[in-house]
Amino acid sequence: MLKLFEQIGRYVLLMGKVFSKPEKLGIYRRRILFEMDALGMNSIGLTAIISIFIGAVITLQMSINLESPFIPQYLIGYATRETMILEFSSTVVALILAGKVGSTIASEIGTMRITEQIDALEIMGINSASYLILPKVVATVFFFPFLTILSILIGVIGGYMISVFTGIMIPDDYVEGLFYCFRTYSIIYSLIKMAFFAFIITSISAFCGYYAAGNSLEVGKASTRAVVISSIVIMLFNLILTQILLI
Amino acid sequence: MIKADHLIKSFDGRTVLKDVSTTFETGKTNLIIGKSGSGKTVLLKSLVGLHEPDSGSVWYDDVNFSALGFTERKAIRKDIGMIFQGGALLDSSTVEENIKLPLDLFTEQSEAEKLERVNFCLKRVNLENANRLFPSELSGGMIKRVAIARAIVLNPRYLFCDEPNSGLDPQTSIVIDNLIHEITKEYNITTIINTHDMNSVMEIGEKIVFIYEGNKWWEGTKEEILHADNKELADFVFASAMAKRARKGVL
Repeated sequence: MLKLFEQIGRYVLLMGKVFSKPEKLGIYRRRILFEMDALGMNSIGLTAIISIFIGAVITLQMSINLESPFIPQYLIGYATRETMILEFSSTVVALILAGKVGSTIASEIGTMRITEQIDALEIMGINSASYLILPKVVATVFFFPFLTILSILIGVIGGYMISVFTGIMIPDDYVEGLFYCFRTYSIIYSLIKMAFFAFIITSISAFCGYYAAGNSLEVGKASTRAVVISSIVIMLFNLILTQILLI
Repeated sequence: MIKADHLIKSFDGRTVLKDVSTTFETGKTNLIIGKSGSGKTVLLKSLVGLHEPDSGSVWYDDVNFSALGFTERKAIRKDIGMIFQGGALLDSSTVEENIKLPLDLFTEQSEAEKLERVNFCLKRVNLENANRLFPSELSGGMIKRVAIARAIVLNPRYLFCDEPNSGLDPQTSIVIDNLIHEITKEYNITTIINTHDMNSVMEIGEKIVFIYEGNKWWEGTKEEILHADNKELADFVFASAMAKRARKGVL
């Protein structure tokens, strides 16, 4: 327990360094754009592939389990949309990104630590924590919500396609369900959650990498630790944010 | 001038530096030598502020570096260049970007001026036209030369080198050693080199500090080292069979 508090303390101190005044804003702007490409744009493909299949599977399962003359078919489209917006495109996509982006960040910064690149930055008088971590945090907090929107869109398209190709339901009913009882706040809720999750993934992964010590084996361990801790914290904050934002 | 004043440093209850005091002189190539694990890297990193000593202090000219806070140290750090054992170049940046980084962050120069300075430093280390290469495309010797170029780009007053020729062949090692020596003289900087390479000692060593089991065991010049009456130093200096035979006058 003492070690846990020690780690939380180190994390808070690191974040203090990360959010201290940047040396030169122009450099940071360039690095933010670079990180948006490296961490955000490069995650579009994975997000799209997973979302289209999940959207299709949700539609299939809903139509199988809601097969009743008393339940209108458009509810399948409604349920697919709500599942994508409320949980999948924020929480599940965040868990997937914790695996992809989190491990990338932890191993990149961990390798920089063990090869003394971070020491080199410090010697030059550069705030290494801010220089390396802040652009990643800003890039993901702003970019990941776009992945959520993309995931929602592609997911519902996946559901539509499965209804067209399998004939399991009438596509027009599915589309009617997509617009049924639509609340813009659900999207806002999902985007707020994803922005929080982006911060969690990036900051925790960077923390694990920044304090990696030893050899390449330790970098691997730091990378695994980053994914595990990020995933747990995402689930915890999913509960907290849902309680705060929806209830 | 850089002065270590009664430095003590421990890790997990094991004392690595045991009350080390010495002075490194301006305009000279000062060498810290010793066996692997003797504490010379810890000494170098304590001098440069990467390790905080448990007690004792480090002085840069008449400034007590150990007593300074993060912001105050930053001012001195801009006068420090360091060459790491593995080069420590940023993998995701080109040679040019690596060398230009301190200029980007700490100067108000135009892009043209920065590029001119980068090219000057690259020329100084005989690496013209390597601007667009990434560290993964460079040989060991080239990495060290880029690291030197990056270290001197802000005209440092203090240069630290952690085993600058480890992993290099003897000829390239001498080229790197001479380059560091020339730069030291050219800019009249305080250079401290951490090495266990006796060729470097004999080639460029002007002041030599021998560290043995965390203690400063001996200090002197390269001329004095060959005749020093110190068993541990003699064992280190004349470790190879060839050196032992040379000492006995067989070769």
